[in-house]
Amino acid sequence: MNGCEFWIYLAILAGTTYLVRVIPFVAIKNKIDNKYVQSFLYYIPYAVLTAMTIPAVFYSTDRIQGAVVGTFTAILFALRKRSLTVVAIAACVAVYIVESFMNII
Amino acid sequence: MKDFKEGLLAGIPIGLGYLSVSFTFGIMAVGTGLYWWQATIISMLTVTSAGQLAGIGTMIHPGLYMEMLISQITINIRYSFMSISIGQKADSKFKGIYRWILGFMMTDEIFGVASSRKSVSRSFFAGLCVFPYLGWFLGTLIGALLGEVLPASLLSALGIALYAMFIAIVVPEMEKSTPVIIVVIVAIILSCSFKYFPLLQGVSSGIAITICGVLASLVGAIFFPIEEAES
Repeated sequence: MNGCEFWIYLAILAGTTYLVRVIPFVAIKNKIDNKYVQSFLYYIPYAVLTAMTIPAVFYSTDRIQGAVVGTFTAILFALRKRSLTVVAIAACVAVYIVESFMNII
Repeated sequence: MKDFKEGLLAGIPIGLGYLSVSFTFGIMAVGTGLYWWQATIISMLTVTSAGQLAGIGTMIHPGLYMEMLISQITINIRYSFMSISIGQKADSKFKGIYRWILGFMMTDEIFGVASSRKSVSRSFFAGLCVFPYLGWFLGTLIGALLGEVLPASLLSALGIALYAMFIAIVVPEMEKSTPVIIVVIVAIILSCSFKYFPLLQGVSSGIAITICGVLASLVGAIFFPIEEAES
């Protein structure tokens, strides 16, 4: 990627994100009553985040064993309603412990 | 002024959370070949975890402008929904130019805090945005600069942080709603297909995420339409 491409990519990335946030904020003042559109918008974040996470999370660390333990740690902490930060830190610690242990043996 | 202070306080835990998550983003961005200042500018102008992560994944390939556009719209479309929702709760002074400026900071966590209130004033929302923005900006800067200094074992462990945060957003909703579980399972099957089926492996990750997200949500909307506005 050359310098010029970076700025084009940045403009698309930041511009799209901004407009997606702001246009509905400014334009829509009354409620959307189509339940299918409403439902689609409700499911979108969970579908997208899931597709981004699985299977990519298993390749996000040096060893797949560490990532698997980290993933289950995250799920466990999320089930216990911990905050985003706590879940993230717990997963990192789990990965660190498993991978350090594997590097020793 | 009282509202602004209240917002500032409510934003502190989000800011701390963002500091750690954007720290990882900074490391990952530099890992894909971006300069530290590029990673920082991306965070300063965008402020979105999933979108930025997918964005740097697209940036490493040359000329995929249309893919960047489509994948960003799909990944970030949830913000439109949040903006509509907060728009319903905004008080009479929170309009016009204030929406154009403050709408920039509509993130999952800021939405979460703001939507828990009966009425949202522009002062409260402005206060709420301060620490998350600083955390997101500074975390990226520090991560991008220190990424190379940290030991490999620590970097490896931090690689999972953003994904863990996504898990923390999705899993509690799965507990509340069976349709969300089904949507998640459909998304997993589709996403794994793109990763492991030789025929589909040629599809780049941004488009694959877009297709998975839209198809899984369509399944949810068609088979399990919600009667009342949730979230």
